[in-house]
Amino acid sequence: MSARPYKWIGTRPNRPDGADKVTGRARFGADFALPGQLHGKVLRSPHAHAIIKSIDVSAAAALPGVKAVVTSKDFPEQPNLTVPAGEMQVNLRDVTRNVMAREKVLYDGHAVAAVAATTEAIANEALALIKVEYEVLPHVIDVEAAMAPDAPILNDQLRTEGIDPRPENPTNIAKRLDFAKGDAAAGFAQAEIVVQHRYTTQPVHQGYIEPHAALASASADGQVQVWSTTQGHFQVRGFCSRLLNIETSQIRVTPTEIGGGFGGKTVVYLEPVAIRLSQKSGKPVKMVMSREEVFRASGPTSGGIVEVKIGAMKDGTIVAAECMVALQAGAFPGSPVGPACMCSFACYDIANIKVVGFDVVSNRPKVAAYRAPGAPISCWGVESTMDMLAQELGMDPIELRLKNAAKEGTKTHYGPTFNRIGLVETLEAAKASPHYQSPVKRGFARGVAAGFWFNVGADSSAAVHVGEDGTVTVISGNPDIGGSRASLALMAAEELGIDYNKVRPIIADTASIGFNFVTGGSRVTFATGLAVVNATKDAVRDLKIRAAKIWEVEPEAVIWEDGMAKPASSNVGEFEPLSLAQLAAMAGKTGGPINGHAQLNAQGAGPGFGVHIVDLAVDPETGIVTIDRYTAVQDVGTAIHPSYVEGQLQGGAVQGIGWALNEEYIYNARGRLDNAGFLDYRIPVASDLPMIETVLVEVPNPAHPYGVRGVGEVPIVPPMAAIGNAIARATGVRFGDLPMSPPRVSAALDAVRPAMAAE
Amino acid sequence: MTDIKYAAPDTIEEAVAILAAANGSGRVLAGGTDLLVQLRAGIAKPGTIVDVKKIAEMTTITETDGAFRIGAAVSGAVIGEHEALRTLWPGVVEAINLIGSTQVQGRASPGGNLCNASPAADSVPAMVAAGATVTIQGPDGRRELPVEKVAAGPGRTNLAKGEIVVSFTLPKRPKGSGDAYLRLIPRTEMDIAVVGCGVSLTMDGDTCTAARVGLGAVAPLVLLVEDAAKALVGSKLDDAALEAAAEACRAACKPIDDKRGTIVYRTKIAGVLLKRATAIAAERARSH
Ligand SMILES: Cc1cc2nc3c(=O)[nH]c(=O)nc-3n(C[C@H](O)[C@H](O)[C@H](O)COP(=O)(O)OP(=O)(O)OC[C@H]3O[C@@H](n4cnc5c(N)ncnc54)[C@H](O)[C@@H]3O)c2cc1C
Repeated sequence: MSARPYKWIGTRPNRPDGADKVTGRARFGADFALPGQLHGKVLRSPHAHAIIKSIDVSAAAALPGVKAVVTSKDFPEQPNLTVPAGEMQVNLRDVTRNVMAREKVLYDGHAVAAVAATTEAIANEALALIKVEYEVLPHVIDVEAAMAPDAPILNDQLRTEGIDPRPENPTNIAKRLDFAKGDAAAGFAQAEIVVQHRYTTQPVHQGYIEPHAALASASADGQVQVWSTTQGHFQVRGFCSRLLNIETSQIRVTPTEIGGGFGGKTVVYLEPVAIRLSQKSGKPVKMVMSREEVFRASGPTSGGIVEVKIGAMKDGTIVAAECMVALQAGAFPGSPVGPACMCSFACYDIANIKVVGFDVVSNRPKVAAYRAPGAPISCWGVESTMDMLAQELGMDPIELRLKNAAKEGTKTHYGPTFNRIGLVETLEAAKASPHYQSPVKRGFARGVAAGFWFNVGADSSAAVHVGEDGTVTVISGNPDIGGSRASLALMAAEELGIDYNKVRPIIADTASIGFNFVTGGSRVTFATGLAVVNATKDAVRDLKIRAAKIWEVEPEAVIWEDGMAKPASSNVGEFEPLSLAQLAAMAGKTGGPINGHAQLNAQGAGPGFGVHIVDLAVDPETGIVTIDRYTAVQDVGTAIHPSYVEGQLQGGAVQGIGWALNEEYIYNARGRLDNAGFLDYRIPVASDLPMIETVLVEVPNPAHPYGVRGVGEVPIVPPMAAIGNAIARATGVRFGDLPMSPPRVSAALDAVRPAMAAE
Repeated sequence: MTDIKYAAPDTIEEAVAILAAANGSGRVLAGGTDLLVQLRAGIAKPGTIVDVKKIAEMTTITETDGAFRIGAAVSGAVIGEHEALRTLWPGVVEAINLIGSTQVQGRASPGGNLCNASPAADSVPAMVAAGATVTIQGPDGRRELPVEKVAAGPGRTNLAKGEIVVSFTLPKRPKGSGDAYLRLIPRTEMDIAVVGCGVSLTMDGDTCTAARVGLGAVAPLVLLVEDAAKALVGSKLDDAALEAAAEACRAACKPIDDKRGTIVYRTKIAGVLLKRATAIAAERARSH
């Protein structure tokens, strides 16, 4: 192995937030409190779809201990305006209706009113006193039913966008998207083998262990403070500013430690309500969702339908590909159908591609981002169909993918041409992995799938403050959901040439650092990392000026090396190097405090590719799938802190395993959610899983000084298909529908082998 | 908000008196792993809680002449550490030890599992298969009931006002006996049985001379499946006998379609588990 070019990058020190987290000292959303705070609670709709005819809050408001009650009347109407929220686009007119239902309730759990009272018990009692008169309407839960011509219509104003001329009839299909490259029909005409299949997926929840929580304090002078568990406190500020007509400078949001988000904490539910209740009551108001509320009312990702058709030559060259994706958006338009369409065939260099997408509303909670939003759904279809093709051709599934792999210069069907990417390297690494090289054990079968995610850049600000003793604070504004503090500190330590332990990273509130876009899109280590590197360079630039002053030479005559200012050459003169500590001690005499700053819009986020390998067994009688071995291989650019990169790969794989095998929302005939808890919404438990092995492939991103690519989302893309492909090879049955839960697997096996059914 | 009275008496007599005086609003607290969850969810609203963990008879295990008496409030963890029980009733012990997780095991009791009256309770089919009886004490004194007669329906028992289950009795068993419990859950732990099946057998060489089968989560009550036992007794546990017993289990099922399983699936699995549990119980019986 060649020597690492870096001293700190690529090492595995303890994370700066680790000790507090393992000792229980770290403060999460529900841990914040203010003197005199009230408890806020939300009244939620028991109906999937109903007109709100009236709301009478008088009895609740009169209950002793109740200090404020709000309904949609307390929130101003919003314009029909789409703004970015994390990786998703949201419409403000819809956001205010999701925060508090207006004309109609659109899903079981939709917020209808909220109260603030001196105790939680009184708040709960008050909710029971609010009288809501509903006119219950027919509802529609599933995407196919919602697209049917006679489906109950959620929004009478909705007309399908993306069809010319725009249809005149009300519909639940909010949008149609079309992508094309080459001529798909001609491609299929030329193909020697065509495989196709239809797939469905169920909506799945991000499953963060920490429920949503917020504490808001609105002062008499109009200033507002909020503490909230969020992936983006600047987004919380932005949304609250718009939804409540408060200037951003009047709102200060402090992010708490976050117990998981996975995309689901890039939107607002409680914060605007807590602020309004605080404004009305004159007291701080704290709100914490129950697990049931989290399931009924916070964002899952879409379920949907995927139809895939792939045409190839006998040598495995794919000549045409077609995909249709229809995704549930929940109660308001805005599913991740765009990324689902774009990611579908992004792994492959195919001449002729046609992709069509539909965004469909139904009576479910509005979807929110979830790790690589949309991509796992279309990839479930595409990667399963790729496996069918490999089986038809009798070709190794990795070889088939290598034959068609996208590489630098490949033009995607959605427009861009790839820069330096690492899919081929990742496939080669998967092929060479100890897992793939091992024989498949008797009674087990092996599946493989690939996956892609764009990764994003966007806005980041950072500052580097040099303390009077020469230690350093790195200030940024992205909640740390995956170890980003450690990665930012490593980059600053590397840049400064000082010990990692002399660098302390903190996450500042919205008033203490410039704007940062959400922690999402796998952007923080890339974009905020870039801001930290630039802020550090800014501090180093100043440090060199200070040394130059002391030595009475030109700043250009000073270099920064190993944490010290040194003369650039012996021509400059004979000077003892000045350490960061020495320069910090003399800062007052050389120009004052030494700080660096940077703000940027990061471009060139490097796309990421992953290949997953799974060995599993299927119990032919019970349909239970047992995962025996699992390996996630991914191009990670540069692993700044390899442990946290591995953690991302493992976490994504585990969430994907849950998605594949058990997770689903179960609605009853009245459109009410039947499994709003972790007992019956089955995420994997530790004993369900083997140790997830990882292989980190490092193809540096040219757009980042240390080669960083986002790593957090790619790993949730391949698991479903990898598992489905292994099940198909184990049983001979190709599954189209997720989850592949024991009853479904058992039924599917019984259907093809009737002798095995209950005799 | 009404206050809840809490009492932790040392004797069963006192416990019965407090419970009877609570006039229907009293609840026994053993490990609390059902009761406290129901309290927090607002499902249970007791006026008085009677904690029975200080009552010696309810928290100890004794063995007399090969029969075991297990206090109703003994925790799963304690039962799992009892050497003699583990040797003679491995099926009962494994069923109790399947409840929840390590943390839950430190609290959860067989009495609570039975009196919570869930059709999916894990220890009950194993207790039914074992032929266990319970001793009940109430204002009118003591009585005995077979385990399968305690529950009256989901969440309801046949206990009268003021009655407490004191202990379980596992009968002395002949040589060549063994038992086993299997449940099907979609995950590997922390889940509720889709089907649970307990089988207890006595073998004379290769021939089954006695059998009892308990089936959970397939009907409103945990079932004693006598037809399955009949199919096994006298046989050499050959495929035909096993299939007949499995068919008897399937025939006994009156399941519902719900979020945990379908009618078709539960019925099929009842037969699958019967066969698998029988194989394990027979293996254990042969080595005793
Ligand atoms: C995380 C978790 C996982 C679980 N997993 C499982 C599982 O895998 N399988 C399973 O079967 N259950 C499971 N349970 C449910 C529960 O743990 C079991 O039913 C347990 O055996 C209950 O025992 P307990 O002593 O805690 O009962 P408690 O909660 O104390 O009591 C339960 C009920 O029985 C009554 N009661 C208790 N003792 C007596 C008595 N001696 N006489 C009369 N009435 C009495 C109580 O009043 C109450 O109504 C789980 C629970 C949790 C919280």
